[in-house]
Amino acid sequence: MLYALIAGVLFGLYYALIGLGLNLTFGVLRMVNLAHGDFVMIGGFAAVTAFSAWHLHPLWSLVLVAVLIFAVGIALYYVLVPRIAATKDPEMISLVLFFGLSQVIEALAVMRFGNNTQSIYEPVFGKAPVSILGQPFPAVWVVSGLVSLLALLLVYLYLYRTRIGYSTRAVMASREEAEVSGISVHKVSAIAFAIGLGLAAAAGALAPFMLGGITPDLGVGLTITAFAVIVLGSLGNPVGTVAGGLIYGIALMLMQTYLPSWSALLPYLLLLLVLLVKPSGLFGRQVRSA
Amino acid sequence: MLRRRWVDAVVVVVVVLAFVLAPQAYSNETLLFQMMVYIALSQGVNILYGFTGYLPFGYVGFFGIGAYGASLLMLHLNWPPILALLGGGAIAVLLGLVLSPLLRLSGAYFAIASLAASQAVYLIVSNPALQNVTYGPYGIQLVSQFNPTLSYYVMVVILALTVAVVLYIRRSRFGTALQAMRDDPVSAAMAGVPVVRQRTFAWMISAGIAGLVGGAFAWQTSVFYPDAVFSLSISIFAIVFTLFGGAGTLLGPLFGSVVLYGMYNTIGISDPQYFQLIYGLLIILLVLFLPDGAASLLKRRGSHVL
Repeated sequence: MLYALIAGVLFGLYYALIGLGLNLTFGVLRMVNLAHGDFVMIGGFAAVTAFSAWHLHPLWSLVLVAVLIFAVGIALYYVLVPRIAATKDPEMISLVLFFGLSQVIEALAVMRFGNNTQSIYEPVFGKAPVSILGQPFPAVWVVSGLVSLLALLLVYLYLYRTRIGYSTRAVMASREEAEVSGISVHKVSAIAFAIGLGLAAAAGALAPFMLGGITPDLGVGLTITAFAVIVLGSLGNPVGTVAGGLIYGIALMLMQTYLPSWSALLPYLLLLLVLLVKPSGLFGRQVRSA
Repeated sequence: MLRRRWVDAVVVVVVVLAFVLAPQAYSNETLLFQMMVYIALSQGVNILYGFTGYLPFGYVGFFGIGAYGASLLMLHLNWPPILALLGGGAIAVLLGLVLSPLLRLSGAYFAIASLAASQAVYLIVSNPALQNVTYGPYGIQLVSQFNPTLSYYVMVVILALTVAVVLYIRRSRFGTALQAMRDDPVSAAMAGVPVVRQRTFAWMISAGIAGLVGGAFAWQTSVFYPDAVFSLSISIFAIVFTLFGGAGTLLGPLFGSVVLYGMYNTIGISDPQYFQLIYGLLIILLVLFLPDGAASLLKRRGSHVL
């Protein structure tokens, strides 16, 4: 029980990291990036490839891939988003568009890496288990938990301690009002969008360990899981995401301990339940219509 | 009014004749069957997305539950196939009713929630713990009921029904009400349209179509695994065909299914990833440059698209 709880916290931090990027994107753009999970997948393949080709430590790949994908994100934003924002139903259109993007990424990944599960099998984080409160955990879980925590802290500092983070929160609160008060909405959004993708890729670099391996079709399931996490903690609220991640991680570990064959259902059921019972999450915004 | 009915009748007859006669000219009956499956499914998506604006990413859930419902009725209760098919449709409608609270969600929330729902149904059906009921991950075998010819013609009937339903919706007050709700639910409600009831009704019609088609698919295929009937790509195909042709019209999704599914069969089967790539790019380009589908090209020139 204690073991499941602590493991739940470690995985919860990791899932919060996956969810956070999606939430940032949603917060500033009011669009759901359905390709989010695919960027996690890209990060994972990058880490695996870098390790097998140059023996690069996954933590280095994590930093590298996050920076690279950040740059890609900036470019992607300016190519896609202004066009969608000009259509009459940006919410639906963006959904379909990012879905198409997700298909493209998945297809390219299959072409490049094949359909088999790939992973890093060597114990790069040391063989010895780390003991927390007398319980032994694989070292990589602890490292992933700590890395996620660090990333979450950095995002927090960005949002609450920097000038541009302040503008980002203003855009989240109201795009129009931010614009009239002189904030360069597109610049702020592009950075937030790119950070979101970068975080996804960073989470991906740890995915070979935390998710047991990387396959090209990982994307859609991960996007839904991320969505479940952020809806739990309420959309557009980065702090809530951490709470959502923790709840999800602990619930997942408890399910895996007591009802293993049903644990794959968890993200879907949790998501449906929250959407139907309290769609605004822990602290919310209106999402229903009519 | 009378002339319109004639046009409608002609359309239904043409579709039926095309697929009744096609096996004479083209021997790959499986391909023709699957083409009908996708035409019907994309019309189902069309009813929901084209007329109410709700995009059901999890549409495949109804297809899968129809396939499983029909198969299990045949296997456990020994129902004759056609009756079992209707049963499968009914089960899908029931699932639609159970999931109807999802319609309270707006836009993207609905799309993702429906996707989650279909995955949940899939994981329940394919769960090893339910092996005694659903055969879990080991799939269904309907060898004793296998009848490719009869199931082909049953599918033609289902397709004709679907086309007729879409035509009816396009012409009726019901369809007008749905489109009014799509454009502005509040105003529609003010004008006396029972928004929630009608939207739920459209959702259930759409679910029933997918259920029937799923049952027919199960019968025709007769041996399948759960991931074959719950594959997300079925939803995707139906949605892309609809978007490509033009949602909210009858001929758009029909045209989209025939052209794109034909394309899929020429390049998709041997190299699915290339096809997925083309699909993804097609979706992106469509959304950016032609958000109302191929039908809008004709509409722009001022002609009326059925």
